[in-house]
Amino acid sequence: MKAVQEFEMHHPMAKYLRTERFPHIWCEGCGNGIILGCFTRALDELKINIDKLVVVSGIGCIGRIAGYLRCDSFHTTHGRAIALATGIRLANPNLTLAVISGDGDLFSIGGNHFIHAARRNIDMTVICSNNFNYGMTGGQLGPTTPLHSYTTTSPYGNIEHPFNLVHLAAAAGAVYVARWTALHVQRLTASIKKALQKKGFKFIEVVSPCPEIFGRRNNFKKAIEMMRWLKDVSEIRHGYDPSKAEITMEKIVVGEFVDVEKPTYEELLQKKYIKVQEKLREKNAG
Amino acid sequence: MTEQRTVLTGKHLMQGDMACAEGAIAAGCRFFAGYPITPATEIAERMARRMIEVGGIYVQMEDELASMAAIIGASWAGVKAMTATSGPGFSLMQENIGLAAMTETPCVVVNIMRGSPSTGQPTEPGQQDVMQAQWGSHGDYDVIALAPASVQEMFDLTIECFNLSETYRVPTFLLADGFIGHLWERVIIPPLEEIKVVKRKKPKVPPEKYIPFKPDDDLVPPMANFGDGYRVHVTGLTHDEHGYPRTDDPEVQFKLVQRLCEKIRKNAEKIIKIKELMLEDAEVAVIAYGIASRASISAVKKAREAGIKAGLLRLVTVWPFPEKIVSEIANQVKAIVVPEMNYGQLVREVERAAKETPVHFIPKLGGEPHKPDEIFEVIRRAVK
Repeated sequence: MKAVQEFEMHHPMAKYLRTERFPHIWCEGCGNGIILGCFTRALDELKINIDKLVVVSGIGCIGRIAGYLRCDSFHTTHGRAIALATGIRLANPNLTLAVISGDGDLFSIGGNHFIHAARRNIDMTVICSNNFNYGMTGGQLGPTTPLHSYTTTSPYGNIEHPFNLVHLAAAAGAVYVARWTALHVQRLTASIKKALQKKGFKFIEVVSPCPEIFGRRNNFKKAIEMMRWLKDVSEIRHGYDPSKAEITMEKIVVGEFVDVEKPTYEELLQKKYIKVQEKLREKNAG
Repeated sequence: MTEQRTVLTGKHLMQGDMACAEGAIAAGCRFFAGYPITPATEIAERMARRMIEVGGIYVQMEDELASMAAIIGASWAGVKAMTATSGPGFSLMQENIGLAAMTETPCVVVNIMRGSPSTGQPTEPGQQDVMQAQWGSHGDYDVIALAPASVQEMFDLTIECFNLSETYRVPTFLLADGFIGHLWERVIIPPLEEIKVVKRKKPKVPPEKYIPFKPDDDLVPPMANFGDGYRVHVTGLTHDEHGYPRTDDPEVQFKLVQRLCEKIRKNAEKIIKIKELMLEDAEVAVIAYGIASRASISAVKKAREAGIKAGLLRLVTVWPFPEKIVSEIANQVKAIVVPEMNYGQLVREVERAAKETPVHFIPKLGGEPHKPDEIFEVIRRAVK
């Protein structure tokens, strides 16, 4: 507990965290802490009003992030973070809203909600910690597990083709799509800042090392080896065609893939509202 | 935002589903998320037209899982929220109904029941989701469910659902059957100032002293909305009074689950509403709710004409089940008759409360309601 006290005293981001809940549940070498760090730095640099910030998460290791942030936060049922966040956003357009969850939560059980929120262009920033497997339940096959990788439920190697999340997000209509790894701390922070300032459905994928659960089964003997691997295989290519950016063990293209403008659901609704109110006034006056 | 045409004061000819939507608006509902399903679609259609008029939000979600999640989110953002569905959608909603119960989120779910199980009879009415309403999601929690028997009650009880939901921070159901949902009848909408509307209680202390899930004496904790500056953490995990996960502490789990149940059970007498007809001297009692209670009125009157002392107990509140009231009636009468549009659901609760008094059940499946004569015949045989 001495470490927690020292952290509270000296760490500039401690004020954003529910430090009374530390130590956190994440394993050594996990990328989730890095995502939490980048997110709080983005909040800090943008001077976001934390009283008006809501973070929603689903189930899984990264799902616990909502409970570590000292803001209004909702740790929802498995897969439903985006649907619940849609309700929050539409009911209060003045809040800053982020969904931070995992690949299984957002793209397996919650996949339908992801594509529909992107299609509607609901204003929210979605950050996905992609660790290639279901870490919290002990390392099962997920929708992003690379082909031929080993998990507890693909003991002979994965035969399912993984989702290319940035391609999926772009095709579903997200106005901002980026991918980084847990190694790209500065760039990830800049991306989160950009997304938080932009209106519409924004998606950031973070390839996050899971050395304890995924790494061990896939020839990464130490956490540092996963980080080295991310360094070796990642390649920054802004504006790259997201449909060609599949993740393989040999190559991970990172960067900003989409950055476009499109009216949000809320903006279109507001326009309809003004029209309806005008008509009602005319009717009442007549 | 300007708000116009919030309450349509006056006399109207309305369909049950429409009256439900108008009741919600009168109760202050300003968020509706739903997915089309027969025979509840007319509620969504009415809300799609009306929400924008009153400065509220209508959103059609991708499915009922999302609809239920969205109303929980909207409620935490401080807006009264509702969804409407029928059996198949109600099944999908159970996941997040459990979340609403666990996180003590005020919200209203309308179920216009149709013939089931599974896809069943989309356009035919039924009363087959009555037990699911209480026991549908996994785990222990208590809910409130009201069963309207007229289009007027579709309006009145929707308001009551919101008031109860806000008071007890619990998902509250309007459990109507397809008959009442699709029925056209006269509705009287009172002036705005005559409609009693309850709002959730807010914290009376500043954020640094606020303990989000610490209950008052009524077992209900005051609720801070997102954005109010209280910085609340909400989770479906077993949590302590601070809202923090405490999944390995048996005492925390016991205390939480106990309170989720007891806040309804201890307040049951305040919540429960019933309607009585000629029960004072009754020797046989019909116990019914929703559409089945309407034929029961005629049956009871016919029995009286035939010299049988019959009476009717109509359950306006189905959950919490009015156990005490049913027990008292069971002590008074020689027999109880229960007509339901299912193969035997709430009758099990009646039997439990009635103890030794014989209970005669009249099932009805297929879409046609009970005929008064069918119920009368059972009354007649029951007192022979």
